Amino acid sequence: MKFGILVNEGPYNHQAADTAYQFAKAAIDKGHEIHRVFFYHDGVNNASKLTEPPADDRNIVNRWSKMAEEHGVDLVVCVAAALRRGIVNENLASGFRISGLGQLVESGIQADRLVTFGD
Amino acid sequence: MSESTGGIDMDEESSGTVKKFAFINRKAPYGTIYALESLEVVLISAAFDQDVSLVFMDDGVYQLKKGQGTKAVGMKNFSPTYRALEGYDIEKLYVEKESLESRGLTEEDLIVDVEVLTAEEMATLMDEQDVVMSF
Repeated sequence: MKFGILVNEGPYNHQAADTAYQFAKAAIDKGHEIHRVFFYHDGVNNASKLTEPPADDRNIVNRWSKMAEEHGVDLVVCVAAALRRGIVNENLASGFRISGLGQLVESGIQADRLVTFGD
Repeated sequence: MSESTGGIDMDEESSGTVKKFAFINRKAPYGTIYALESLEVVLISAAFDQDVSLVFMDDGVYQLKKGQGTKAVGMKNFSPTYRALEGYDIEKLYVEKESLESRGLTEEDLIVDVEVLTAEEMATLMDEQDVVMSF
């Protein structure tokens, strides 16, 4: 199955970012395809390479980057939401790209299922 | 065109596919940014010629309440945008009856014409959708 994933919450302050990652990883491990992960609202903070969690904690941003690198997952950050929150190309982690909301709607059209994380 | 659709080339494979999209608005209009950012997705979706429904339930019904004044909180009053949705061919607006009633509101309190559905009818509506996004 082809999944689109929408992440609406930031890392470390809400379980949604972790659950979205774990869902995506499990889907890939089971042989499914991730059409795109779209980051919206505070979800755009998943893409900041300035994020530096303590060494004994999970690194949420690097985890996404690694997924993009290893599995070619398209990680898209909403430009309007990103600019509001100071996420720009200069502090964008590897594997992410900034684009418009059209990418989210298109994912809804192209994917078999669009799954939202965050409330 | 690519600017209005967020960088998507409409000649690609997405064109021609029409899915039923429902945007569920559950949050009050101010206090968080969810309502405003949800409205942005709704407006963009219009450019893709999809079958779009907007649902308002829980505190989301306050997004449509008449007489909003936001000057005191220093935020932009975006409620007039809901009245402009018709111009984007977004005409299917649904409000959950129970959410309205439990907040002491009626259809007359809302700035746009909506169809009021019971929670049970709302479940049926959601079941019919291809894509549901909740904000």
